[in-house]
Amino acid sequence: MSSSSTEVQLLGSGVSPFEWRIIWALKWKGVDFEFIQEDVSNKSSLLLEKNPVYKMIPVLIHGRNSVSESLIILEYIDETWKENPILPADPTERAHARFWAKFSEDKITEPIKQAFHCAGEKQAEGVKALGEGLDILEGKIRGKKFFGGDSFGYLDIVVGWISYWLHFNQEAAGYNVMDQERYPGIDQWMKNFLEVEIIKENLPPSDEMMSSYIMYREMSLAFLNSNNKSD
Amino acid sequence: MADELILLDVHVSMFGMRVRVALAEKGIEYEYREENLANKSPLLLEMNPVHKKIPVLIHNGKPISESLIIVQYIDEVWTGKSPLLPSDPYQRAHARFWADFVDKKIFDAGRRIWTRKGEEQEAATKELIDALKLLEGELGEKAYFGGDKFGFVDMALITFYSWFYTYETCGNFSVEEHCPKLVAWAKRCMERESVSKSLADPKTVYEFVLMLKKKYGIE
Repeated sequence: MSSSSTEVQLLGSGVSPFEWRIIWALKWKGVDFEFIQEDVSNKSSLLLEKNPVYKMIPVLIHGRNSVSESLIILEYIDETWKENPILPADPTERAHARFWAKFSEDKITEPIKQAFHCAGEKQAEGVKALGEGLDILEGKIRGKKFFGGDSFGYLDIVVGWISYWLHFNQEAAGYNVMDQERYPGIDQWMKNFLEVEIIKENLPPSDEMMSSYIMYREMSLAFLNSNNKSD
Repeated sequence: MADELILLDVHVSMFGMRVRVALAEKGIEYEYREENLANKSPLLLEMNPVHKKIPVLIHNGKPISESLIIVQYIDEVWTGKSPLLPSDPYQRAHARFWADFVDKKIFDAGRRIWTRKGEEQEAATKELIDALKLLEGELGEKAYFGGDKFGFVDMALITFYSWFYTYETCGNFSVEEHCPKLVAWAKRCMERESVSKSLADPKTVYEFVLMLKKKYGIE
């Protein structure tokens, strides 16, 4: 098994919010790493070797170990580098943190993808599902600074991407679900999140994100039109 | 004070079975309560208000939901006996990856095999077989996915074995024909009491599915 001081590399696209979860976690722990930019339309042999099952980024390479799937990578990071813990120590709280992380993937991330990649009724369906997911999340966060209370941690790292990326997603795909009156708790938490030092210092440039998302939206629409579908 | 443990579950659920296997591996006593999903108990609705799904493990009044999360919880609370996950962070990540793969690739394809017909069913059958082949490749020559010891990934996948008969009968194919090593692994797992006592009988699962198909008018 490699020691913690072995070289760390992160394969990413530069755009995907899910690789930024990993960047934030590594920065939070003070772990040095090399970012390797992948062109996901022309995947490198390194990516195909390190993630043969899904062939997707992000992939964390730590010595001879390679880990895929961002939530799994986060737990690996937390268990390998013990300083500045990300997940709670108590097993019940850990189970709850994992539950809400999965919830956010199923009920927020997935509808956002649907709203972004689809049009017409399918998009409307995604937007509605997203609203319902955010309703539940609002109940969880309202009145708290971060998901864990006063301390920044795992759930903030998992869900926090929406604080920055949901804007580009909504703008490019032409929908608007982030109603401050419906979600005052989420709105405040997003502001708290973006004020955290390691987050503020580690966000991709907004103009690059906006133009990337506009391009991806055009690609999705072109794909739908060529197949005469809305999904 | 003795621990109070209640498991809200459905006998044929492959997700509930995972929790039963984990509790049996650890030798933990608990109260089993069978839920009727057409008429969910107030306790289930109270303990899993977000999804209203089983399994839910209630430990001294506190609920834990999602089968793989429950299994990890059990492993982290009852540390004295039969570790369910490896101790090394990379081996743990590897185990989580493959358990997650089972969740992503087996359930949905399996469900489409017994709920659809024609091209959709054929596509689902192919998807399931491809996923099982990948898992068989990952198993390789090992006795279990965890190596010498039965562990997390074995637990995540073995419970689907009780559903193979249903998938095979509805989809008209044989898992063993495509993945003989995987079936050999499953039979090896079934020799463990924790598994054989926790899995539903495949014929019982099939009867349940036939009942559902009739109820919802699925051919």
